[in-house]
Amino acid sequence: MITKMNHVSIFVLDQTSAHDFYVNKLGFKVNTDAEMGPGKRWLTVNPPDQPDLEITLMLVDDGMMFNKESAQKMRDLVKNGTFGFGVFQCDDLRATYEEMKAKGVEFTKPPTEEFYGYEALFKDDSGNWFSLGQKK
Amino acid sequence: MEQYPRQYLYLRTVRAKLFIDANFASDIDLDKIADEACFSKFHFVRLFKSIYGKTPHQYLTHVRIERAKEYLADGQTVAYACFKVGFDSISSFTGLFKRRTGLTPRQYQLEQLNFKESVAAKPLHHIPGCFAEKKGWKKNSNFREVQSIDVNSEAENNESL
Repeated sequence: MITKMNHVSIFVLDQTSAHDFYVNKLGFKVNTDAEMGPGKRWLTVNPPDQPDLEITLMLVDDGMMFNKESAQKMRDLVKNGTFGFGVFQCDDLRATYEEMKAKGVEFTKPPTEEFYGYEALFKDDSGNWFSLGQKK
Repeated sequence: MEQYPRQYLYLRTVRAKLFIDANFASDIDLDKIADEACFSKFHFVRLFKSIYGKTPHQYLTHVRIERAKEYLADGQTVAYACFKVGFDSISSFTGLFKRRTGLTPRQYQLEQLNFKESVAAKPLHHIPGCFAEKKGWKKNSNFREVQSIDVNSEAENNESL
């Protein structure tokens, strides 16, 4: 019986930049940072209140999960904002939105009331987009 | 408070939070923050707590302890971490740290340093097997691609001959 998810991957274009974005702009904590050969790391972060969920900041690179051709395709897709890898939750959307904006995070949708709650959309430094929600 | 629109008060409170984030190591006067936010301390504390779940003072302590954890995990001394984040007494810092984390600063540090040492020495123990298996790292824990490892293995075999 499956009980929970403990690892999920987000594909990023640059792990140093992603580390800065997820730690300094989103406030996530580094869980594991292991060298994986030249220029590559196994880098996972936890959302502040979720220490048992590791988000792997997976480098799109032909030495990792892709061959050269598929890595280039994947990089283009990520950069063009093709992927929405998930929904983050906060207690106070308006305050979180103001704080993230002050830190330079790009939003594609400001806090908006929807039938399912309050929602904003933002992009990470690679181009991935996420929903940021607050329950009603 | 009614003279200000709610959006304005939100912005001021978020700015106060960001001010604490940036200046936690200094001797922050929380009364002064309320003054600068241009509303009464009572309303400021109430709004801050409604947004962040903590009073400004509780939040400041939280930020200091979290930063101290990072210094300790980096191998800095307990005294260094204590003073660097803005506490002025090691004994009160140690007591507060233990109440918040369940560990003394030194115990926390040993736990973190052991974890880092383990990640450096045996990275595969910290990577889900599926990724490692897919790339052949389980057999060859130095993270080289299977193809190049095969070449190296051959070289090693030749050397052993």
